[in-house]
Amino acid sequence: MVNIEKAPEGIEGPGFMATNLDQVIGLARKNSLWPLPFATSCCGIEFMATMASTYDFSRFGSERPSFSPRQADLLMVMGTIAKKMAPVLRQVYEQMAEPKWVIAVGACASSGGVFDTYSVLQGIDEVIPVDVYVPGCPPRPEQIIDGFLRIQDLAANEPLTRRSSEEYKRLLAKYDMK
Amino acid sequence: MESTITNEVFLQKLTDKFGDAIISSVEDYGMLTVTADSSKNIDILNYLFDEPSLQVQFMTDLTGVHYPEQELAFCVVYHLHSLVNNYRVRFKFFIGGEIPTIASATSVYATANWMERETYDFFGIIFEGHPDLRRILNVDEMVAFPLRKEFPLEDPNRIDKKDYYFGR
Repeated sequence: MVNIEKAPEGIEGPGFMATNLDQVIGLARKNSLWPLPFATSCCGIEFMATMASTYDFSRFGSERPSFSPRQADLLMVMGTIAKKMAPVLRQVYEQMAEPKWVIAVGACASSGGVFDTYSVLQGIDEVIPVDVYVPGCPPRPEQIIDGFLRIQDLAANEPLTRRSSEEYKRLLAKYDMK
Repeated sequence: MESTITNEVFLQKLTDKFGDAIISSVEDYGMLTVTADSSKNIDILNYLFDEPSLQVQFMTDLTGVHYPEQELAFCVVYHLHSLVNNYRVRFKFFIGGEIPTIASATSVYATANWMERETYDFFGIIFEGHPDLRRILNVDEMVAFPLRKEFPLEDPNRIDKKDYYFGR
């Protein structure tokens, strides 16, 4: 069975439909989020299962995992990030084009997890802004998919002006980014 | 294959050659551990390497230990292996002072290069004569030596273990 995404609300008549541009763009973005998997440990293995046939990540529009940050919309950080890795992660994030979203998958990416120690970053939100946190150690594929659906909600409902708003600029400034 | 040198013979040759520099020795699980004067470490390594009857020419491991309660608070441990004789031995050199310093083993074993950088990285032990003594595993900006006992185990940036999350 094929599910077709419902058209956004609008004024319809014979041969035309008028609606809000934000909603149309949001609909398009939501259903073709290209993820960049940044997998460093066991959460990455769970993501491999998520991508494979049983869970079939592609059915949510992320048909093409982008292994270049330049063409990616969603950075999925899965696994422990050592402090030495932090500048790399930050650079990958900065190379992504707007609009971009970030999921922290698993306890390590969200908070450092069991690695409460000098060499491990205590959550990736120390270096880049995060939109959705997926708990678990590691989370099951269902949980990763749930986190992805939350990103879809964000993408669908994001106003087109958000990325140029003062609030967004303040958020980036907090991370010393432009 | 059995080892062609016994611990007794090995220790005898060592004491004949270095005498007082050999501080103590102990045999754990059949493996000899020799504690010796840290100023003689390179002489000892060179002798073991060049002596035809020993030929201890392989360095398995080099690491450090911190004993904060001792006056000589740092220990440099060498694990050595004579491939010809199938003989393994462990050496310990204790050093102290504000900046613990010992001669670099890179002149004897090239493999000591990275292992001494690691030991410097984690314990702050200075290996004199090392060609490039800088951090190897930790971030370059780190100022502390994390495997010293006074270094706090947990990261100060950790927030999800704060008491107020648990109503304490």
